[in-house]
Amino acid sequence: MAQLDTRQKLAILADAAKYDASCASSGTAKRDGVGGKGIGSTEGMGICHAYAPDGRCISLLKILLTNSCIFDCHYCINRKSSNVRRARFTAEEVVQLTLAFYKRNYIEGLFLSSGIIRSSNYTMEQLVEVARSLREDHDFRGYIHLKTIPDADPELVHKAGLHADRVSINVELPTERGLKRLAPQKDGARIEGAMKGMKSAIEEGKDAKQRFKSAPSFAPAGQSTQMIVGADSASDGEIVTTASRLYDRFALRRVYYSAFSPIPDASAVLPLQRPPLMREHRLYQSDWLMRFYGFKPAEVVQAADADGMLPLDIDPKLAWALKFREHFPVDINRAPREVLLRIPGLGVKAVDRIVTSRRWRRLSLDDVARLTVSVAKVRPFIVAEGWRPTLLTDRADLKQRLKPKTEQLELFAA
Amino acid sequence: MRIVSLEHEEDFDGWRDAARSLALSRVPPSEVTWSVGAARDLFGDEAVFESTDGPAFSVPRPFVELARSVICHRDPERFSLLYTLLLRLRAQPKTLEDRADPLVQRLERMAKEVRRDMHKMHAFVRFREVEAEGGTRYVAWFEPEHHIVRSNAGFFVRRFNSMDWSILTPELSVHWNREALSFSPGATRADAPDGDPIEETWKTYYASIFNPARVKVKAMTKEMPKKYWKNMPETALVGELIAGAQARESRMVETSRTQIGSNARVAWEAVREEAMGCTRCHLYKCGTQTVFGEGPLDARIMFVGEQPGDQEDLAGKPFVGPAGQLLDRALVEAGVDRSATYVTNAVKHFKFEQRGKRRIHQKPDAPEIAACRWWIEQERSLIRPPVTVALGATAARSLFGKTVTIGAMRGRPHEALDGGEAWVTVHPSYLLRVRDNKEEEYARFVEDLHRIGERVKALA
Repeated sequence: MAQLDTRQKLAILADAAKYDASCASSGTAKRDGVGGKGIGSTEGMGICHAYAPDGRCISLLKILLTNSCIFDCHYCINRKSSNVRRARFTAEEVVQLTLAFYKRNYIEGLFLSSGIIRSSNYTMEQLVEVARSLREDHDFRGYIHLKTIPDADPELVHKAGLHADRVSINVELPTERGLKRLAPQKDGARIEGAMKGMKSAIEEGKDAKQRFKSAPSFAPAGQSTQMIVGADSASDGEIVTTASRLYDRFALRRVYYSAFSPIPDASAVLPLQRPPLMREHRLYQSDWLMRFYGFKPAEVVQAADADGMLPLDIDPKLAWALKFREHFPVDINRAPREVLLRIPGLGVKAVDRIVTSRRWRRLSLDDVARLTVSVAKVRPFIVAEGWRPTLLTDRADLKQRLKPKTEQLELFAA
Repeated sequence: MRIVSLEHEEDFDGWRDAARSLALSRVPPSEVTWSVGAARDLFGDEAVFESTDGPAFSVPRPFVELARSVICHRDPERFSLLYTLLLRLRAQPKTLEDRADPLVQRLERMAKEVRRDMHKMHAFVRFREVEAEGGTRYVAWFEPEHHIVRSNAGFFVRRFNSMDWSILTPELSVHWNREALSFSPGATRADAPDGDPIEETWKTYYASIFNPARVKVKAMTKEMPKKYWKNMPETALVGELIAGAQARESRMVETSRTQIGSNARVAWEAVREEAMGCTRCHLYKCGTQTVFGEGPLDARIMFVGEQPGDQEDLAGKPFVGPAGQLLDRALVEAGVDRSATYVTNAVKHFKFEQRGKRRIHQKPDAPEIAACRWWIEQERSLIRPPVTVALGATAARSLFGKTVTIGAMRGRPHEALDGGEAWVTVHPSYLLRVRDNKEEEYARFVEDLHRIGERVKALA
């Protein structure tokens, strides 16, 4: 095989990494480059340095160390039996590429993952070496996200956590039956075992940091995971339930959903149709409802249609409100915060603004209009000074009235 | 009229000192003119205001934060608006909490615009490496919307502390020499370097990380408005990436369709295996097992029934009970080769009501049909039969996604939800139940099957 240059390798190994949805560079400890030999800073909020036409943010250099793999997972473009072109970066190449991009302000840092070559431990060693070199040889203080290999030696995984801001292990599929069909060599119990180990390592790290200031920080941005949506038969209800179980058990910062998309050289075991991109969006919205709006997983499941799928035409919060109209209208001037959070069309910020503002005046519909993005969606669900929705809340055609008008569709929105 | 002259566009300290003195003297906002960097004699004989040290008074911290941002806004009225709010705060210290107040809202909005501009500058500045006297230097050209260069410099100092860099903008340029910041007047794009060899590598990354199977242009331009594009090397690729995306996706789907052939059996078995553990709707709780479809994967006709019955549920095979036997007989009479057809059901679990020892069939409802449609789709995409036949209303609902009238649809081809050709006829169990005109109904059923058989032959 002809020798590939760095750009050719980058083309292959970035292409291979693009099915990972996460690109977050947020939530880590504050650091800067002052007083160091190297470069880099993290200031809490992540920065998206560019956006690709797929609507995803480009924050990190997201690549694989190699796309060769001894596993044969059907949904994966890098599986053993796939005919894609293979490439492999050396640790030094990744280090140099990261620094060159970082110095030009293209990226916040590195998100490194890899196909599994030789053994889990060997692969993990290579990943850790890149992070170690960036941190120790180059005093790099930017963001590092390492994907860890479930079966790797705990000692190696621990090293990963010492250098990385975030570590992640993918659960891959929302159901055990899906994992069995699409990733027969992976084992759900082992994946969850690794996540559990990571959770306690992060907790121990935090604990040590509290007692000894000099203790090394361990994955300060915590751990996350990803599952593919639409490749197996899991319904939205099942996905939401799985996600909330993962959040609870492993103290995850984020669960990412990646709508299954056709890959070149696909395995025949995969469905040929991709799920509508809107489905991924609705799942993220339901994730938000659980994390920021006080919804319980079971309540999100209630928002789903009887077939277990969240409606695609309206958001899950509106769907829930339309189903449980007995909770509305809510008096905007009196209701507690957690009740305000249930009103469709009101975000967390708008709710907080309402709560502070209503100490100063009784809010009218016009006031609410100024505090939120669109009052039209909110109106049927609230009582305000001089406003009562009378029959509106009970109208049978309320959904039709509130549903977003079919706008110009995104190029391929299914 | 008092005139306050501030040192530069982002002169928060100058504004604060002046505003404090003015507020202590209770000067109304209408009597103050704010100017930036103007020579004093421009204002003729008007008295230029010199701030004096008066007794300090305190304002809420959120106001200071708000003012620091608003000062950077390009709106020339910003100094005066802030001063107005300051006076109101003295009278009513909690004014800021009233987020519905129009002045508070306007200033909040301005602060938000400034913060966004600052954030976009963090994101979209692109340095180019140049060899200069004293070593390597990184130089960027950027066009901010507001007066943010001074206030934003700290971010770049913290991040690129060990590099020499300059950011040139039309209004003001900022330089860092690893020790101190310095400012110089505005520049033009021509003053900045026009390229960097690593940009080609960056563009390679940008093109490769893009997933052509999902194009969301609106999501992209919302966060990366076009006004920033001209100074970002990678955006030159956006047009061709979008244009090529659809072709790339259809090629992938097409390839995987044509590749299935030899591998279909493995794929079908894997799907069937997954279906055995299906919990997509509650029906998995009542039946004995999932009853998946059956038949050759190169079948020319796919029959879709309603759901497994009592005998099918126990056997784990579709159409083995009385209705299945009737279908077999009718197919023989219609001259259709049963062994070349694939039979399956719209719903793959037996739904029933227990009455004593008997399990009485119950019609599946719309959500159950919808939940189970996933499996039919898998079967159809693997087998891709030229003709699919919906036996009865439930199957028709599954294939067409809506309720249809069998009487109005039978006897001719229709387009199914997935674009394939579908025919509709009655379910054989209907023929077992029906009292009047039993013979005629059966003959019509055979006639339908015969016509379908002829159609399949014609399609071959």
